[in-house]
Amino acid sequence: MSQWVVLAVNSFSFGGLLFLLSAGFSLIFGLMRIPNLTHGSLFMLGAYIGVTGLRLGLDFWSAALLSGLAMAALGGVIERFLLRRLQGQELPQVLMTLGLSFIIADLCLMEWTGDPISVSTPGALRGVVPLLGFVFPIYRLAIVLIAVVIAAALWLMLDWTRLGAMIRAGVDDAPIARVMGVPVSRLFTTVFCLGAGLAGFAGMLGAPILSVYPGLDAEMLPLALIVVILGGSGSLLGALVGSFVVGVLYNFGPALFPELAYVVLFLPMLLVLVLRPQGLFGRQSL
Amino acid sequence: MRRAALALAIIALVTLPYWIGGSYYINIASQILIWAVFALGLNVLVGYGGLVSLGHAGLFGTAGYAAAWLVAAGVGQLASGVGAIGLTVLMSALFAVLALRATGIGFLMITLALGQILWGIAYRWISLTNGDNGINVSARPMPLGLSLATPSAFYIATLMVFGLAVAAMASFVASPFGACLRGTRDQARRMTALGYDVWLIRFLAFLFSGFWTGIAGLLFCYYDQFVSPHLLTLSSSAEVLLMVISGGSGTLLGPIAGATLVVAMKTVASAYIERWNLVLGAIFVAIIMLMPEGLVPGSQRLWRWARRGRDLAAAATSR
Amino acid sequence: MASSLSRRGFLVGTGLAALPFAPAIAQSEPARIGLLTVKTGPLAQGGIQMEQGLTLFLKDRNNTLAGRKIELVSADTGGNPAGAKTKAQELVERDKVDVIVGPLAAFELLAISDYIAEAKVPMLSLAAADDMTQRKPNPWFVRSSATSSQCCHALGDFAAKEMKLQAVAEIAEDFAFGYEQAGGFLRAFEDAGGKVVQKIWPPLATADYTPYLAQLSGIDGVWNGFAGSNPVKFNKQYADMGLKEKYPVVGGWTAYDDALLKSFGDEAVGAVSASWYSTELDTPSNKKFIAGMQRDYQTLPGGYAAGTYINGMCIEAALEKIGGKTDNKQALIDALRGVSLTDTPRGPLRFDHLGNVVGNVFIRKIERKDGKLVNSIIKTYADVGQFWTYDETKYLAAPVYTRDAAPAKL
Repeated sequence: MSQWVVLAVNSFSFGGLLFLLSAGFSLIFGLMRIPNLTHGSLFMLGAYIGVTGLRLGLDFWSAALLSGLAMAALGGVIERFLLRRLQGQELPQVLMTLGLSFIIADLCLMEWTGDPISVSTPGALRGVVPLLGFVFPIYRLAIVLIAVVIAAALWLMLDWTRLGAMIRAGVDDAPIARVMGVPVSRLFTTVFCLGAGLAGFAGMLGAPILSVYPGLDAEMLPLALIVVILGGSGSLLGALVGSFVVGVLYNFGPALFPELAYVVLFLPMLLVLVLRPQGLFGRQSL
Repeated sequence: MRRAALALAIIALVTLPYWIGGSYYINIASQILIWAVFALGLNVLVGYGGLVSLGHAGLFGTAGYAAAWLVAAGVGQLASGVGAIGLTVLMSALFAVLALRATGIGFLMITLALGQILWGIAYRWISLTNGDNGINVSARPMPLGLSLATPSAFYIATLMVFGLAVAAMASFVASPFGACLRGTRDQARRMTALGYDVWLIRFLAFLFSGFWTGIAGLLFCYYDQFVSPHLLTLSSSAEVLLMVISGGSGTLLGPIAGATLVVAMKTVASAYIERWNLVLGAIFVAIIMLMPEGLVPGSQRLWRWARRGRDLAAAATSR
Repeated sequence: MASSLSRRGFLVGTGLAALPFAPAIAQSEPARIGLLTVKTGPLAQGGIQMEQGLTLFLKDRNNTLAGRKIELVSADTGGNPAGAKTKAQELVERDKVDVIVGPLAAFELLAISDYIAEAKVPMLSLAAADDMTQRKPNPWFVRSSATSSQCCHALGDFAAKEMKLQAVAEIAEDFAFGYEQAGGFLRAFEDAGGKVVQKIWPPLATADYTPYLAQLSGIDGVWNGFAGSNPVKFNKQYADMGLKEKYPVVGGWTAYDDALLKSFGDEAVGAVSASWYSTELDTPSNKKFIAGMQRDYQTLPGGYAAGTYINGMCIEAALEKIGGKTDNKQALIDALRGVSLTDTPRGPLRFDHLGNVVGNVFIRKIERKDGKLVNSIIKTYADVGQFWTYDETKYLAAPVYTRDAAPAKL
């Protein structure tokens, strides 16, 4: 019995981490139609930069903020100077973002070596809560809270600010938005920065749970893709729901269907794509 | 001019074992040809059909595993080859039926998922595939009694298959079917309005693509004499996609150029450049910055630009 | 890090490689050791250490073994079977190496085994695939580290007899290395009176092990066989879930390798493991090796670096036996298999008739000493071969350890 409770709680917790990872990807893809295959690398690089921040004496939260800001800056550079010229050209975007991910992965290997790096849980959140015979780490519960707070902040921004209105307009119909005077190019850069920054921040937040190592980027990117496909791109609610659905699949799948461990994430995604290609809450057909 | 270049290329390729300097390099050339066939097969969908697939390594691996398994089970080489290709085409049909429910990113994700599912099967169905320990293929086929055991012999056989593939692609591109496929890429709605069955055209293209991907998989199985789940990974699919895009999708020579670039970097350059992965990534970024349409179209553009400059200069000085 | 290790400069262009047949080489020409390793991607961690170990060894010997100058040629396989094959061909056909050290992974080794046997090049690898020296032995292969199950046999014995564990859950990655280790542990553990009641196999690339950890129940101990970077994640998540206090944990050599100690925190203290190497072993060569690694690479070595260092020592001993000559490959492999050393970083070693090492297996426990984590040796099983205490013929008649290994009564 307690096994299922642990799995249920971890579904939320892992889902929270996935939301932080995927929200940025969903925004970028929803608004700019760019499949940002560098996203996993930004997550990993953010975590590595956070580690360096810790080594330089920063506390955990400052290091996480540093990760986010650094990745936002990098994202801005990437969008402005590399991706902007590829507007609407899907294949070159794929090549560019994949090429960048190779470069980032190798640079990380050069700078931080191949050894895995463990990150201690921030002091205030160490410890566990008892949970029906098991215990559950407080930090993982904190991740859920952080995810919800960020989701709320993003929702407020999207629904209540001018920037948010412009983003929503751009998601719905970018050319018309341009005609209406929305500065779409600057918007794109802003959104890319935001998405990249979220990824970097998520990388550092995930570090006490996942640790940091080469190959982290390739492990996280497919998860982000699945979340956005399931939930629908360009939709915050979709990213949230998608994250928790994937969290549930990730936790209950191996327990219920151990033989299907490799496909338990892909089969539902396949189902959704085949039956409802725009995802559960997506606004555009893919 | 073009005929001369083509003739020269053919002569160079056929005599390659003599001038390339060692069996190691002959093997590299065979690898390039195999991946070029793979890339050409993928290009049918990506370049001419406008459908980006990230699951083609699954089809590549299906052919390889089927051949390895049939040979190990004692089935004759020819029958194994036919069986492997047949199974791959069937698998492509299955892929197509599922993936063609969507286009664009949806298509990409469905093919990605299908490729991953096949990879998972190769990994876990150990009684069938031997898992990550892989299957050894003890001997290469002997078509018409000729041995392919030496690098040169295998290279010549691969070159012939490659030649067939290029010829098939060329005739496909020039054919009405090729034109239909390009039509569905550029103006799907108009094609439907004109009465074409867009779904069927794409479906048949997928089968054609799967066929040649299977041929490449079969060749690779005999080249390496070892099949393992590594053939079906996502990075494998991504690699061949990168070959197509970097070389120039929607062109005949593009995939070949892309395959040459990637294989050369991985095998030859990695011996001289320690951080070859980084360099490869940088090359991709550079290609996109300077020649977003790919190496081959970009080079042609540069060539035309250079010639025009030269012609203009010649015209100016002749006054 | 731009490395000066690969002796690429001298192989200018393909001109040299085009020489069809090298004339009878005077023995003053350097002998070449080819290293197949992984320097890019997720396996790079072990691969870089392999290169460091071998480079250090050659440096310690001034690049001269048995009076012969030695050149090291490094090749990056990329961590996949096709790459391993290509690079093996590069080393053999283009660089004309006399002996190969590596590759790193079992699936790479299996992909090139036939080729190496055909090319008749002696190969010393750390890859643990059991059958390379058991049911599909390769006469050109020598392994000085261990089979996957070799150390885990000893660990199973120790866990039952000395730790008094009775019901253990096994958890390892879902691939052959995991199965073979687990099978070895299970057989020895159950023969000594214990029982393996659960087997859990997370996929190789799993970010969060919690879904698997939640399944643990009805046990009094956990065995794990994780490799690469996964042990760091696993142990952290294991401790986070409060399991460290509930069930003692034991592991294979990759799970608690000495090179990983710097990445662990308090969550790993108390973990017991079995390995063929430990930095705490007090032999002169081990001290020299560790000092060299600290000096040149500022790192504590683990099994990957020690493995190639020891391979270097074996090559040296073999060359000394045959007077430094490398033109007779058969003599070289025979000499390699006949090597018997007393002072190595892992202690005494020799090889059985299938090319696998017979040597010490150390049971270690992680402790904190002077603020650093160390693998203290708590027991040494001497003279452990790949078949443990079992009869070789009966052992080989049974199949290799798989996912569903059940104890066979031998």
